[in-house]
Amino acid sequence: MILDQKHARLQKLFRQFAETEFTKEILDRLDETGEFEWDIFRKMARYGFCGVKIPKEYGGAGGDYLAYALLVEEFARVSPVLSIYANTSNSLGGGPLMLAGSEEQKQTYLPPVARGEKIMVFALTEPGAGSDAGGTTTRAEEQPDGSFIINGRKTFISGAPMADWCILFAKTDPTQKGSRGISMFVLDMKLPGVSCGKPEHKMGIKGYPTCDLVLEDVHVPASALVGRKDKGFGYAMQTLDGGRLGMAAQGVGIAQGCLEEAIRYAKERKQFGKPIANFQAISFMLADMATETEAARQLVYHAAQLKDAGKDAGQACSMAKYFAAEAANHVAYKAVQIHGGYGYINEYKVERFYRDARIVPIYEGTSQVQQMVIAGTLLK
Amino acid sequence: MKIYVCVKQVPDTSGVVAVNPDGTMNRSKMPTIINPDDLNAMEAALTFKDQNEDCKVVAISMGPPQAAEMMRELLAMGADEAVLISGREFGGSDTFATSQIVAAGIHHMGLEKEDMIFCGRQAIDGDTAQVGPQIAEKLHLPQVTYAVDIQKDGDTLTVRRALEDGYMKIQVQTPCLITCIKELNEPRYMTVKGVLECDEMPFTILDYEALKDEPLIEADTIGLKGSPTNIFKSFNPPVKGVGMMLEGTEKEMANDLAARLAEKHVI
Repeated sequence: MILDQKHARLQKLFRQFAETEFTKEILDRLDETGEFEWDIFRKMARYGFCGVKIPKEYGGAGGDYLAYALLVEEFARVSPVLSIYANTSNSLGGGPLMLAGSEEQKQTYLPPVARGEKIMVFALTEPGAGSDAGGTTTRAEEQPDGSFIINGRKTFISGAPMADWCILFAKTDPTQKGSRGISMFVLDMKLPGVSCGKPEHKMGIKGYPTCDLVLEDVHVPASALVGRKDKGFGYAMQTLDGGRLGMAAQGVGIAQGCLEEAIRYAKERKQFGKPIANFQAISFMLADMATETEAARQLVYHAAQLKDAGKDAGQACSMAKYFAAEAANHVAYKAVQIHGGYGYINEYKVERFYRDARIVPIYEGTSQVQQMVIAGTLLK
Repeated sequence: MKIYVCVKQVPDTSGVVAVNPDGTMNRSKMPTIINPDDLNAMEAALTFKDQNEDCKVVAISMGPPQAAEMMRELLAMGADEAVLISGREFGGSDTFATSQIVAAGIHHMGLEKEDMIFCGRQAIDGDTAQVGPQIAEKLHLPQVTYAVDIQKDGDTLTVRRALEDGYMKIQVQTPCLITCIKELNEPRYMTVKGVLECDEMPFTILDYEALKDEPLIEADTIGLKGSPTNIFKSFNPPVKGVGMMLEGTEKEMANDLAARLAEKHVI
C-alpha cells in the first residue's frame, strides 16, 4: 500500500525520533544493565507516542492502527526494546480499558497512561497457563460487599516492576470450565499483597524488565472489575488481536534494521579482492531478506487497514504476526551470516537484533498459536 | 504577542548537489528539508509560546506550492498558523527580492508593538545570511543577528550574539528581528497530535494578487527581474573523504579510533 500524507508524515516523525534519540550509548546501556530508561520514556511521552492510538477524549492523540503499526515498526528498526516502551500503553495496557472499560474507568486510567505519567501493563500468563490462557488458576473471590480477594501468581509480566497499574485476569467462577468464568480487573500495583519477583535474565529485549507478579490476599474494590464478570477471557483474546498487530510491526522493524545493516556491511567488507556484496551468494541473500521484509510489511499494513475500517481482522492479524515474526528471524539469521564472525560479536548491531528477534514468534501468541487461529478460521 | 518565524525549504545538501546545464541548482532532483537554522528560530518561538499563553507563532515562507508540506510540519511542531507566499511572479528571486516579498507578507499580516520576527541565520543552499537582515531593513526594524540566547522582559529583549572572537550582549525593543544560530537551542520534533491535526490548522497562501498593493511590492523589485544577483556557475566541489571528529579523553579517542579502524578492517 502507499501511505497517505498523514501517515507518511507520522512515519517521518517516528523515524527521525528513533534515529536521533536512540543513541548507541542508550542502546548499549539498556542491553548491559537490563534496566528501564526513564529519560527516553519521558521523552517519548512528551511527543505523544504513548497515546498514539488512545482516543483524544481520553488524552491520546487519536491515531489509528496504521499509525500505531508505523510507530512500532520505525522504533523497532533502531531498537526493538524501545519499541516496547511506546507500545504497551497503546496495546495491552490501554487496550482492555478502551475495549471494555466503563466511562469512569476510561476517564480515570487512560489519560495518565496516554500521557506516559503512569504505566499500565498486562498480566495474563501464569506458570501453568501460557498458550492455554484458559488454564488460569489465579483466583478472585467475590465478597458479600461486591469486592474481591485475589490470590495467585502471574509470570513473564513485561513492565511489572515499573507499573502503576496492571490489567489482571483471574478466575471468578471456578465451577465454569476452561476459559469461562475468568474476569478482567484493573489492579493498583501498590495495593497490599501485590509483589514482584526478581526481573528475569532474558536473551534479548533487555531494558524492559519482565518478572513474576505475586498476589497474596489482595483486596480490590468492586470498581476494579472491567467489563462483565466471568467474560474476561474474550476481552483478553480481543486485546491480543490488536497486540499481535503491534508485535508483527515489531518483526517488520527488526527485519528492516537487519537488512540495512547487512547491506551496509556487504558493501564495505572486502574478501577475495572485492566487496562481498559482489558475490551472488551474498546478494541473493539480501534479495531474499528484502522480499520477505516487504511481504511482512504489506501483511501488517493490510491488517491495520482492515482494523481501521472496522472489519474483522483476527485472521489478518494472526497471519501478519506469524509471517512477520518468522521473517524477522530469517532475516536476522542471514544478517548475522553475512557479517560472518563479526555478526557474533556484541559490537555489531545484528548480534543484538538476532537475540531480540527470537522473542517475536513467542510472545503475544506463539507462531504455533497463530497457525491454530488461522487454521481454525479456515476450517470453521 | 505574535512571533513570525521565517523559514525556507532547502535542498538537503548533505547528499549530492544536482546541477542544471546552465549552472543553477536542480532543486527538483534533490530531497528537501526545512533549513536547519530556521528550526532553531522555530524552537525559540515555541519556547516563548510554552511560557506565554497569549503568544502566537506564525510560520512564514516564500516558495513553490510544494513548500506547503514543510509548513504543515511546522504546524505539527506547534506553530499556530502558517503563511506561504507563493506565485509565479515571485519565482527566481534573489535575497534582495525575497526579503522584499517576505517583508511585504509580514506587513500584510500585521506587525504590532510587541511582535517579533525570528529567522535562521542563513540557509544551507545559498549560505548568504542576507534575507533576515534585509527583511528588518525593509520593515525599518532593529535587528540582532547570531543569537545564542534571547531573554524577554516586557518589550525589551536582551540578546546574546555569538561572534567569532567572543560574545556581545544587546538590548533591543520590540518589534524587532532576530536571527538564530544552532547553538541557541535544540529544535523539537513534531508531535503525534500535531501531525494528526495540522491539516485542519490555519494555513494561508498569499499570491501576487494578495500582495500587489503592498508598498514594497513593485514589478521591478520582485522575481527574477527584480533580482540584481546573477549566478555565474554552481558546481559540486571535488569530493574529499568524509571527516569525523572523535570526542573524549585522549585514551577514549584512541580506543574509539582503533575500534572504528577495526570495524572497517583497516587494522
